[in-house]
Amino acid sequence: MIAKIWGCRGSLPSPGPENIVYGGNTSCIEVSDGETFLILDAGSGIQRLGRFMGPEVKVIHILLTHLHIDHTMGLGFFKPLYHPDVEVHLWGPSASNDSLLSRIRKYFSAPLFPVRLGDLPNHPVIHKLDESEFEIGDFKIKTDYICHPGPTLGYRIQHGDHVIAYMPDHELRLGSTDFPNNPDWTSGFEIAKNADVLFHDGAYSFAEYEKKVGWGHSAVRDTLQFAKLSQVKKLSIFHHEPTNTDEQLDEILRRNLEGKSFDFEIEMCKEGLVYEF
Amino acid sequence: MPAQPLELILGRQFMDTLSIPAFLVDTQGNLLFYNEPAEEIFGLRFGETGGMKVEEWATIFTPMDAKGNPLRPEDLPLVKTLTTQVPANGSMFINNLNGERVPISVSAFPIIGRPDRYLGAMAMFWKSEII
Ligand SMILES: [Zn+2]
Ligand SMILES: [Zn+2]
Repeated sequence: MIAKIWGCRGSLPSPGPENIVYGGNTSCIEVSDGETFLILDAGSGIQRLGRFMGPEVKVIHILLTHLHIDHTMGLGFFKPLYHPDVEVHLWGPSASNDSLLSRIRKYFSAPLFPVRLGDLPNHPVIHKLDESEFEIGDFKIKTDYICHPGPTLGYRIQHGDHVIAYMPDHELRLGSTDFPNNPDWTSGFEIAKNADVLFHDGAYSFAEYEKKVGWGHSAVRDTLQFAKLSQVKKLSIFHHEPTNTDEQLDEILRRNLEGKSFDFEIEMCKEGLVYEF
Repeated sequence: MPAQPLELILGRQFMDTLSIPAFLVDTQGNLLFYNEPAEEIFGLRFGETGGMKVEEWATIFTPMDAKGNPLRPEDLPLVKTLTTQVPANGSMFINNLNGERVPISVSAFPIIGRPDRYLGAMAMFWKSEII
């Protein structure tokens, strides 16, 4: 399988000369094995993905972690949605009352967007998830609620012996007892454990996090500890703050790694990176 | 043991910040956590006992009515909540591990997560002067 990054910025698209290295598009990852086509989140990155996809892809599964705007804003600009021969499946978290369909409809309605879901040539097929396990093609997928405001899922995607874990928005410290020492009482642990690559929220430096406790995101320092606790092979830090430039992101990682050693690979996720297994 | 669901993790985090004694149990009634104020009432320390199986902790305290008669398990608020999945409350006396007879009021409520997952229950206790 391959995983290609089309967007790893958090909260708001942030194009600009100071963000060339890590990119400005919000959350979107293509995951495919040549037959089955999955897309993790529909942030602004999905617009380019839609333009560069091969015409042979006729069934697409978009897996949404949650419905915050930075993870859904690209949906209406995803070309295949307007193609009569393409079937799009939308998967996302169940809430307590409002259905997933009605929450997605809010995006496709005035005053936010001119096209309504019913105007599309094919109505997307909606699948609601909670603590779920299911298969799409050869992918085995496991989801669970994780700590972030509003219903939010983490995804664990297995293909053969390889596992990708995806938690772009996740506040570790609030969702854990005695962090980082208690895996059974740490939100997201079952999603992340032993993954080949973990894409995980590391929006802030620790100083930034202290001013934003409860906003749903993690400090790079905590993300490193969580990756260690989960014994992943590689950590790709995700959901970069829109105000942090390439230089600042490099500096945040450098400072967090100073004087420490970890027995797994660590990088700041970059738009355009391709992971192959 | 698989990791705990988010709702129980957050429940424990919440209880940990309270000055009200509180208990967290799973759907089977196994005690997952009790906070510091509860330690004081029961004379136990979570750091020493950790979680406890229902058979274990149910025998530690002998809940009694005002006349000193033992209460039937089905009359205990937490047991009611576990069987009916609705809130329950009541008052009783317990003998704590320090040998003191303590009057307490208990309110128990079920923990039901999104979209409709029954995950356990929480009980809060008040040391009451009179019942
Ligand atoms: Zn986000
Ligand atoms: Zn979010």
